[in-house]
Amino acid sequence: MRHLLSINDLDRAGIERILDRAKTFTEVSEREIKKVPALRGRRVLNLFYESSTRTRSSFELAAKSLSADVINFAASGSAVDKGESLKDTVQTLSAYRPDLIVIRTPHVGAAELVANWTTAGVVNAGDGKHEHPTQALLDVYTLRERLGTLEGKNIWIVGDITHSRVARSCILAFQMMGAKVTVAGPPTLIPRGMEAMCEVEYSLDRLPEADVVYALRMQNERMTDSFVPSLREYATQYQIDGRRLSARQVLMHPGPVNRGVELSAEVIDSPQAVIGQQVEAGVVVRMAVLYELLTGRNAPKPSLSTAVPA
Amino acid sequence: MLDHRPTPPADVLIKGAHVLDPRTGLDERLDVRIAGGEIAEIGANLQAGDVEVLDGAGRHLFPGFVDPHVHLRVPGQEHKEDLETGTRSAAAGGFVAIVAQPNTTPTVDSAPILRSLREQARRDARIPVGFLASITRGLAGETMTEMAELRECGALGFTDDGKPVVNAGILRKALQYQKLVGGIIALHEEDPSLSGKGVMHEGVVSARLGLAGIPSISESTLIARDAAIARYEGGRIHIQHLSARESVEVIAAAKAQGVQITCEASPHHLTLTDEAVAEKLDTRLKMNPPLRTEDDRQALIQGLKDGTIDCIATDHAPHAREEKEVPFEQAPMGTTGLETAFAAVYTADILPLALIVEKLTAGAALVGLPTPEIAVGRAADLVLIDLGAEWEVGATGYESKSENCCFGGRRLRGKVVTTIAAGGIVYRERNLAAV
Repeated sequence: MRHLLSINDLDRAGIERILDRAKTFTEVSEREIKKVPALRGRRVLNLFYESSTRTRSSFELAAKSLSADVINFAASGSAVDKGESLKDTVQTLSAYRPDLIVIRTPHVGAAELVANWTTAGVVNAGDGKHEHPTQALLDVYTLRERLGTLEGKNIWIVGDITHSRVARSCILAFQMMGAKVTVAGPPTLIPRGMEAMCEVEYSLDRLPEADVVYALRMQNERMTDSFVPSLREYATQYQIDGRRLSARQVLMHPGPVNRGVELSAEVIDSPQAVIGQQVEAGVVVRMAVLYELLTGRNAPKPSLSTAVPA
Repeated sequence: MLDHRPTPPADVLIKGAHVLDPRTGLDERLDVRIAGGEIAEIGANLQAGDVEVLDGAGRHLFPGFVDPHVHLRVPGQEHKEDLETGTRSAAAGGFVAIVAQPNTTPTVDSAPILRSLREQARRDARIPVGFLASITRGLAGETMTEMAELRECGALGFTDDGKPVVNAGILRKALQYQKLVGGIIALHEEDPSLSGKGVMHEGVVSARLGLAGIPSISESTLIARDAAIARYEGGRIHIQHLSARESVEVIAAAKAQGVQITCEASPHHLTLTDEAVAEKLDTRLKMNPPLRTEDDRQALIQGLKDGTIDCIATDHAPHAREEKEVPFEQAPMGTTGLETAFAAVYTADILPLALIVEKLTAGAALVGLPTPEIAVGRAADLVLIDLGAEWEVGATGYESKSENCCFGGRRLRGKVVTTIAAGGIVYRERNLAAV
């Protein structure tokens, strides 16, 4: 595997291989010197066209924990502001000979385009509303830790499905791992055609059937586009609170949480919630992804070898 | 009302081609003599004398195609296409007349702009070109253009193509004014409040990809509205680039009520679906209206067969490479289509050959132009095609200035060998030595 652009680049065995390796990396974070030399001398370029706290920092931390060199490139304040196209930016930065480019953009398919324009491996860290595969992997990791397996589990993803790349990657990954996925949310925020991917529900009446409740962030701007009449009405219908969440269910959220909107404060701090574990898993899972792409069978050759004539 | 750079009148004998013209009923192997740019004789075993002989053996001779819907990008967007490259592209596709849309920079919305455009066409166009003017000034949808003066200057009709006429009152006034000035009123149908920020067909594929969708009802609801207005005013409207089953149904119903309504479908909507977008987010597959589902495609094919859809039009929409070499959502809408129109439809094996020829020529009458026919005494408007020839689209480049062809890289059957437009030979297949 050269790139991780979509969950569909993986199969169940591939996901398990990456997550098993991630598990072995947890030990690194517990050391006094939190670093192993696995990717020493490799260059990882973080190319972020959207703001991001946890994804970018966890990729950076993951790369550094494996001793890779990291360059962070934020679109604002760069040549992008002067009108440089994505293609020119990628080709320019490729001249720095990165071994891997981690890219986040607001545009569907941009990571795949970048993969065509560079010899580096590419990790999709979110392309518009399309996919966010490392988020889905860390979610599977977290669930494996908590439940042992996803096989046969009922997972409900609740909220704004239309605008969620997390939902799209998670549906694919959870199903690949043997779970049954249901999306639930306002009919205005579940796109027509979703029923071809998974079960669709417009109310939470059957939520008690879920083993896992995965709440999505409800963004303020959805009100201005009148997808829902008000946050208050949304919360009444879809907020996961102590009344709706049962003791046997696991609660997830990709962050950042809008307290009092999609989740009530009581459930965020409840033992069912694994939101903190998800963040923690982010680093080891991304370490495993970087390791897989840079040392695997089809990994890009180290830059040096391409520079030296055969 | 058509303009082009004069081509020397042809004196040739097309020998042994299978001549097929659904309107004159010709459907057999014959020789066709062209003298002084006119069809002089049709028969068996005609003698060449000292004129050039075009070898028709194993090839088909059709009346030349007419496209009522192309974008030539002049004035103002000559980096995408110009009158010469656009008409060269048309000639390479077997077209003998095309109609350019007015959504240029500036818009073709006044007599001086139209006059200068026609003058430029007399200098640059390889085949006859007609022009539509806009319905509203600057395509702003607010005030009518000076339709009478524009018609006097040679506008074939009016359209705000690229945009719908959202304001029903304006469309109604234009249809009232049509009683005075005549000419077609061609409509791009889409309700912006339903299309929103959509970039592809709304359905299973857009849901999976996370792309905003353009629902089929965005098109069909506005067609229904405009058919009602046309019926009320007794006006004549032409619906551009039909894409959805719902739209075909609305038009069939309107025709049954006697509304003067015609419509077109494009080769890409007849041969591709949104599944192609799923395979690869190829910006060449991004156009408006978008590629829809297999069910929609079948409805369009059926509509052509039963007469609900009157003609095939390409909506040839060139865009520069750098404009299309961006993420899907950022790319402009449009695909080129002149060079591939016949081959795409023929290769897809969706319509009988005679019907393809009929639908690729029927656009002429809709915009008030004479329909090319293979008959003695008519100007030679002909295309000679090798149906057996297979070719890869784009492999040897394009005649168009742009390369955003949705069929790029696909293998098609049916290659234009020679095009004769308005009596002159305007295209000959390049005979490059095989490498």
